[in-house]
Parts: sequence; structure tokens; C-alpha cells
Amino acid sequence: MKKIIITVVGKDTVGIIAKVCTYLAENKINILDISQTIVQDYFNMMMIVDMNASAKVFGDMADELAALGEGIGVVIKCQKEEIFDQMHRI
Amino acid sequence: MINQYEVIETNEMIEKENLDVRTITLGISLLDCIDSDLHKLGERIRGKIFEAAKDLVHVGEEISREYGIPIVHKRIAVTPIAMVGGAACRTKEDFAYLAKVLDDVAHEVGVNFIGGYSALVTKGMTHADELLIRSIPLALSTTERVCSSVNLGSTRTGINMDAVKLMGEVIKETAEYTKEADSLGCAKLVVFCNAPDDNPFMAGAFHGVTEADKIINVGVSGPGVVKNALERVRGENFEVLCETIKKTAFKVTRVGQLVAQEASRMLNVPFGIVDLSLAPTPAIGDSVADILCEIGLEYAGAPGTTAALALLNDQVKKGGVMASSYVGGLSGAFIPVSEDQGMIDAVAAGALSLEKLEAMTCVCSVGLDMIAVPGDTKATTLSGIIADEMAIGMVNQKTTAVRIIPVVGKGVGEKVEFGGLLGYAPIMPVNPFSCDEFVNRGGRIPAPIHSFKN
Repeated sequence: MKKIIITVVGKDTVGIIAKVCTYLAENKINILDISQTIVQDYFNMMMIVDMNASAKVFGDMADELAALGEGIGVVIKCQKEEIFDQMHRI
Repeated sequence: MINQYEVIETNEMIEKENLDVRTITLGISLLDCIDSDLHKLGERIRGKIFEAAKDLVHVGEEISREYGIPIVHKRIAVTPIAMVGGAACRTKEDFAYLAKVLDDVAHEVGVNFIGGYSALVTKGMTHADELLIRSIPLALSTTERVCSSVNLGSTRTGINMDAVKLMGEVIKETAEYTKEADSLGCAKLVVFCNAPDDNPFMAGAFHGVTEADKIINVGVSGPGVVKNALERVRGENFEVLCETIKKTAFKVTRVGQLVAQEASRMLNVPFGIVDLSLAPTPAIGDSVADILCEIGLEYAGAPGTTAALALLNDQVKKGGVMASSYVGGLSGAFIPVSEDQGMIDAVAAGALSLEKLEAMTCVCSVGLDMIAVPGDTKATTLSGIIADEMAIGMVNQKTTAVRIIPVVGKGVGEKVEFGGLLGYAPIMPVNPFSCDEFVNRGGRIPAPIHSFKN
């Protein structure tokens, strides 16, 4: 499974999750887990997604999501899961 | 499954605390390029390096993008050129020609430094070794990206004092050859005792003869991450302090291990080692000296500095060793002056002298690093400083090094600006008393005894 962590950070506004999820659905990227908090008015979201079924390559998805984020005033970052696994799990 | 707090912690380390992978260094053996015809040799070297490294920068960028971790440098280390060029080079200019070949291919593949313009002369110098050493000023002044290193001693062989004397002169000459650029050539030249074969960091990286044909070595870094972690345990005892450094070093090193494995897989080159070094940069918040201050010193150089550095270095290793399957290179905290804002501040405040730095090198890697001294410092004085540092390495069975820059035309109190990652440095005073007769004796210092340790 090709697991990717997507993080979204920025000023809270209506429809952030909707826009990101729409993009993921259109590209056949499956959401495995999603969690979200608001820290000092800042929207913090983390998604674990699986892009096995998607035709997209990682780099294009990262670029397109970053651009989508810019459009709604948030920073969207995509990283492969291994960096977190390696750092936080023995 | 990974939780949100872990993700936030990792990304904060990267975004706010300057966590990065400092370098992916591709080691390439040039032994199979040897030819007695200089131009054939040059062509083979160019061909082999280009073929091996053409994808290095691209792969580094791709890994960086996939994991969201900056990989600051992509570099190449080659077999010491004194060995490779021995059969073909008859003059200093011949060796400088090989330096030019290395420089050109470094530009072609896009790496910012290529190391290995080196000679290993711990016990004696061959004719080629000596020729290469004498060609260093010319080579470093006519190339941009070539780094040079000379191994002058080891615990097993002692110190080659003839070479130490020669290097004092070569450093002076290199400073003179590059005086238009504040003697920048000396920033690309380092001398070692017990030089490791698999060091990924410049200027001392070379591909040792005990290594495979090609190898990937990775240097991690993260002084800012350690400093931030220590801010959270202010006032706690040494046990808590050490545990915190260890855990942080573990996390930092795991990133290096991941990047090394990925680079190895994508380039189809075996993974060598991860170098567990805390390597600072002039960026604010990326300083080893700041960690020492966070441990409880007013400035680096204050009483207690050597002990603080010793514990820092040891804990970084203890945490890092478990995080990586193979550890090597220099592995320790670097204490360069010009590349570390906290060290620069300490020198400017009068807290840190050359002598204290020397004491600090007894407990950490790697040595007197990026230290600017007055341009009128005598060659024999430089050799004396080198001999002292080599002796520390030889007796303590550790790697030590000297990268010292006698800045032509400048004196104590002035500043020298190298730019970029090399930063700037205040010119430090040097002990004015002579060691001429000591240095001029010639010969070797015998290897030390390995028993009766005190």
C-alpha cells in the first residue's frame, strides 16, 4: 500500500476539507484516516491516504494539492508515511 | 498508526528547527581509471564519475520531495588522487589538471563539492604524494568545487612531521594564491589524523581504498532540533538532559537512515554509513554553540564547555547508533567557528580562544575547524598548531583535523566573509611564540604506546 500523509495548516475557513476530499475522490485516492484540530484559530488537519488505485504520480499530486491549498489560503503538504514511521516507531 | 502529534512534531523539526539531511555523498573508486597517460586518465575519471553520479542530484531532490525533508548537499568523494594520478603526473601542473577534470565533472553533474584531492601520508610520502601536496595551492585556486585533504598521522603509525611542516607552508601558499577571495582556498583544505575512509562531510571526504567500487554515505544534522528539545527540560538534572539528547538524536538519525536507504535503492549503489554528526550552519537556530548555552553556559568557551561538549557528543552517538544499521564517518558534534553563529558570538565576546577550542577537540569530532587567523601567521606556527591537534588524535585514538585560514592582509579583530554555508569569522589571535626549531627537526613522531593509559 502506498500510504501518504497529507497535512493541511492554515487559517480556518469554510470548505477546506470538502475541497481536499473532492480532489482526492476525483483522483481515486482513498482516505484511511482523518483527524483535525483548531489550534489558536489555525486549522490543522492530517489525513492518511492510500494512492494505490490512483493513476497519479506522487509528485503531481503534491504539486496539485499545494496549488489547491494556495487557492484557499492554507498550506498543504504531502509526505510518504515512512518518514514518520521511521522517526516515531522502533 | 501514526498520529497527528507525531506528524506535527516531525514537521516542526523540519520547518522551525532546521532539521535536514546535510549531505548525500556518493563515494566512487577511481582505482580502475589509472593510466600512465595523463589525458587518458582524465577522460576515464570524467567518464566514470559522470556515469555514476549523473542521477545523484535528481535522486536527492526526489527523495527530498517525497518525504518533505530538505537534503542540503549532494556531493562526491573519490579515491585519493595522489594514488590515482601517481603513474601519470610528473609535475604539479599535471595534478592540477586532474583537479580541473574533477571540477568540470562536478559542474556537469551538479554537485556542489567533490572531495578526494587527497594524499594519505601518515608514515611517509611517495613522490606522487608530495607532488600532489605541493600542487594543492594551484589546484584550489584554479577550481571552484574541489576539496582537498591530507592525512598526516594515525594512532598506529604516529605523525609524519615532514608532512606537517610541508602542510604549514602549503596552507600559507594556498592563502596567498586565493587572497583575492579572502584566502577562501584554505576553507577547502583540511588535514587529518586518523582520517576515516567513509566521511561524507567536506572538506575531508574521500573514498578510501578499503571501500567498495561505489557507496552512499549520508550525513545528518540537527543542532536546532536538539536545542529546542533541551529548552523543554531547562533546570532538570543531567540524567534528564542526557536522555533528551539521546532520544532526539535517535529521531534525527532515523531520517538519515531512511534517506540513505532510499538513495541507495534509487541509485542502485550500496548503502555505506550514516554519519551521526551535529553539523551547524550560520543560520540562526542551527548552532552547536547554542546547545552548549542551553546546557547551561553563558557562552561556548566558558568553564564547563569541554564537559558539556563531551556529554553532548556521547549522547548523540548513543542515540544515533541504535537508529542506524551502519554508523561511521566522523560521527560527533562539529565545532567550526565560521559556520556557527553561536561560536562566532563567543569569539566576539572574548569567551572562546584557540586554546579552548583545542581542548574541546579532545572530546568531539572533529578538530580546529574553519578558524581564521591573521595572514602574517608563520608557516611553522601553523605546523605547530597542526602537530598539537594531530597529537590529540593520535594519543586518543580519534579523528582530529585542522582547517585553518591565515587570511592574507587581515589581522586580529577584523572579519572575513566566506559566504553561503561557510559563513563569516572573526580573525582569532594566535600564540605569538615560536616553534620553529620543533617543526624544523624533520622526521616522524613514533606511534604511541597502547598500554599504561593515563
